[in-house]
Amino acid sequence: MKENTDFAPVLIPQDYKLDSPVKWCAGCGAHAVLSSIRNAVPETGVKKENVVFVSGIGCSSRFPYYINTYGFHSLHGRAAPIATGIKLANPELSVWVVTGDGDSMAIGGNHFIHVIRRNINMSILIFNNRIYGLTKGQYSPTTPKGSVTKTSPEGSIEEPFNPGELVMGSQGAFFARVVDTEPKMMKEVFIQASLHKGTSVVEVLQNCVIFNNDVHENITGKDVRDDHQIYLKHGEPMIFGKEHEKGLIYRNNKLEVVIIGKDGIRKEDILIHNANCANSTIHYNLVKMDQPEYPVAMGIIRAVEKPVYEEMLYDQLAHAQEKSPIKCMDDLLKSGNTFLINESSS
Amino acid sequence: MSKNPRIIELEDVVVKFAGDSGDGMQLTGSQFSDTSAFVGNDLSTFPDYPSEIRAPQGTVAGVSGYQVHIGHKDVTTPGDLADVLVAMNPAALKTNMKWLKPGATVIIDIDNFDQKNYKKAEYIEDPLNDGSLEGYNIVKAPITSLTRSTVKEFGLDAKTADKTKNQFVAGILFWLFNRDLTIGENFIQKKFKKNADLVNANIAVLRGGYNYAETIEAMSTTFLVNPAKNKKGLFRNITGNIATAWGLLAASEKSGCGLFLGSYPITPATEVLQELASRKHLGAITFQAEDEIAGICSAIGASFTGKLAVTSTSGPGLALKGEAIGLAVITELPIVIVNVQRGGPSTGLPTKTEQADLLQALYGRSGESPVIVVAATTPANCFTYAYEAAKLSLEHMTPVILLTDGYLANGSELWHIPEMKDMPEINPPKVKDNHEGYMPYIRDPENLARMWAVPGQEGMRHRVGGLEKADKTGEVSHDPYNHQVMVGLRQEKVDRVANYISDQEVMGEKDADLLVIGWGGTYGALYSAVKELQNEGRSISLAQFSYISPLPKNTEDILKHAKSRVICELNLGQFAMYLRSKFPQYEYKQYNKVQGLPFMISELKAKFIDLLENKGK
Repeated sequence: MKENTDFAPVLIPQDYKLDSPVKWCAGCGAHAVLSSIRNAVPETGVKKENVVFVSGIGCSSRFPYYINTYGFHSLHGRAAPIATGIKLANPELSVWVVTGDGDSMAIGGNHFIHVIRRNINMSILIFNNRIYGLTKGQYSPTTPKGSVTKTSPEGSIEEPFNPGELVMGSQGAFFARVVDTEPKMMKEVFIQASLHKGTSVVEVLQNCVIFNNDVHENITGKDVRDDHQIYLKHGEPMIFGKEHEKGLIYRNNKLEVVIIGKDGIRKEDILIHNANCANSTIHYNLVKMDQPEYPVAMGIIRAVEKPVYEEMLYDQLAHAQEKSPIKCMDDLLKSGNTFLINESSS
Repeated sequence: MSKNPRIIELEDVVVKFAGDSGDGMQLTGSQFSDTSAFVGNDLSTFPDYPSEIRAPQGTVAGVSGYQVHIGHKDVTTPGDLADVLVAMNPAALKTNMKWLKPGATVIIDIDNFDQKNYKKAEYIEDPLNDGSLEGYNIVKAPITSLTRSTVKEFGLDAKTADKTKNQFVAGILFWLFNRDLTIGENFIQKKFKKNADLVNANIAVLRGGYNYAETIEAMSTTFLVNPAKNKKGLFRNITGNIATAWGLLAASEKSGCGLFLGSYPITPATEVLQELASRKHLGAITFQAEDEIAGICSAIGASFTGKLAVTSTSGPGLALKGEAIGLAVITELPIVIVNVQRGGPSTGLPTKTEQADLLQALYGRSGESPVIVVAATTPANCFTYAYEAAKLSLEHMTPVILLTDGYLANGSELWHIPEMKDMPEINPPKVKDNHEGYMPYIRDPENLARMWAVPGQEGMRHRVGGLEKADKTGEVSHDPYNHQVMVGLRQEKVDRVANYISDQEVMGEKDADLLVIGWGGTYGALYSAVKELQNEGRSISLAQFSYISPLPKNTEDILKHAKSRVICELNLGQFAMYLRSKFPQYEYKQYNKVQGLPFMISELKAKFIDLLENKGK
């Protein structure tokens, strides 16, 4: 796994390719995500030796083996704390976590909410295929209720998590959603997620061709996607539909889908997306939107500035080092109560 | 009124302080031990506290204790039985009667000895009048009422006033041990320097206690313990947990690898996290994680990034960390796992000591998962072994489990302060940028450690992970033969650590009639018991192990020469099982205790005499 040591000053996606074969199933949505990441990373402006990919366990978590950066394929659910240690050890690094719906929402659920609460600067990509793929087809915490899987032969009786809701509930500062069928959208959002200071979470709606094929088809299908998705962009009106004829307004304490030109609705009445608004009420409502009542929100839903954990930590370290008279171990060893025994004090 | 009491010079004295967990007995005890160190006594201390923060007042469950053993001679344990007991209430007296030497001095706060408190302590009869105190020297001191009347003029509220009671006790002890009262006054001035009222009130109470003791007739004898005869130089009193934290800091400074501790609070290991959290000025990074698993995982991430990575825990936490230790084993990243053992299984006895995590440390993981295991043997040498654990981990690129226990962690002893220039060098196998021919799993041919390249280094990009690695390249490999090679290499790497550690020492004759074998925190008691029997002319020796995995190279030689062997441990025989598996050709007797308490010297001596006199039976 030795790298080619020629240092290219201008990085290209090829810099992030490895010779070893990618072992995802043919037709897996992860291939497209990998390609978008390889295209996005060079545009973040980070030196290639400063990029680190960390993953847990699952199909998606094989990711670090397929990209030529520093990488750590860790334990089931534990990518977030491993990445935390890496980032706190060296805040210069650009840290990415690649995880799945089982890895981050089930076994790693606790770590997921706490890394977000702390706001450690890293980007977490959740490959959400709503199924356990690597163990061959059991329901996950995001599997829709009623789904028949190998461990729910009569249909799942569990309410699924919506990752975005957990992000909001954990005081998250950045949440975005993309689909694996939209490479351009993925690349744009990944770059912004990486540039955001703090924990940024991107949910990637991903297809599992073997165990949950077409699970997102109702959102991503060519003939329905314009009506069933809304690609949110900061500062732009929330308009969607094949003919750009639909929009969102906020009325009676909730979002509502309206048709421009109908019932006196004008284009100016449509909500303008403000991803930077500290108050998360609208973002929360956007995250929760689902078929059939609403289009599913895509793009950067929330991106607000918040104090970053490791910056505060290093401030405390610098302050303590400046203030304390104890500068080294020998100082510490001789500090406080010491006793000179059987010698006259000098 | 002054009198001239008889002064008895003693080789050593054991003082026990006992009261409600809110009475400040830990503080009184540590103040007494500090003044003892100040006058040059050798010392060893041991707190004994309930797991509840404030159990119901006056009850047996709420009794908190602190034992101090001071000596002119060498002191290696907090002592079996007390010469002096301070009991702040009936419950404290009841709990500690069985730990008193015949004729001991018992100082009680008579103000708390009433029907109400007898009932709380579940005394059926008045202990002061039922004959149970016959033969002891009882000092009935009105500590609460005299303290209150002394501090009246300082205008303290009742709660703060009562908190100065411990200075009254200290004052009595200053008199009893013939100590200069100004030492105590200086301590108070240092402690409360920001509050003049508290300084004055505490000093007044301290003098009050001293004058009270001088005035009453109850104590006709006072004690003098001269400075330690075998100690010379600069010392400090240190607990095992603080020594552990400092050993890690020292290793960090020496190795040039910044310290990162990822941890989660757990009794009795929490002070390691707390101490390092307050050492940011030495560059220590502490991360209080959301759970034990995140604690070790963050440390593994930091290790991947080039830090001296540490996680600290106790038994139940070690169980949770098992999977992640396996990850550190297969990624061959250095990490020190500090396990402060407590009574188990499960939540068990959180505040009590035990040695029952040995097999968990050695084997408690999936797959073939060898790690280095070392154990500290005294509170102060937690520093040495924490340093050693870090050194071995960094230089051999492998996880090290450092075993201490609740007794070492909270106990303290006088420690000869080392100088950093005398500490051994630590040379982790870090590589420079663009290292020619770097592959993650190329090894040092001598110790088999892999090279350590870290994120941010130019030309060294590589990936590690929990899947089996191909030899040298580190690529993912499911090749059957490769797996066997890698399993073998990881084991061999740990085995070869034996070439880098010191030989096992034996205290006494190599071919003694009885070789006592211990490991870790039982050293003080085993040492004293064996030493005393040696002084009585018995053929007995001691081998106290600190290096558990691997064992020192001369281990078999030591076992071979002994005429008989007894393994003593605070569990049902885990080290015995381990030694039997390594050296099945020898016979081992066992002495095991699992009460959450350390060994007593007296019980050990009785056992050893029995073994010596009934050979072969």
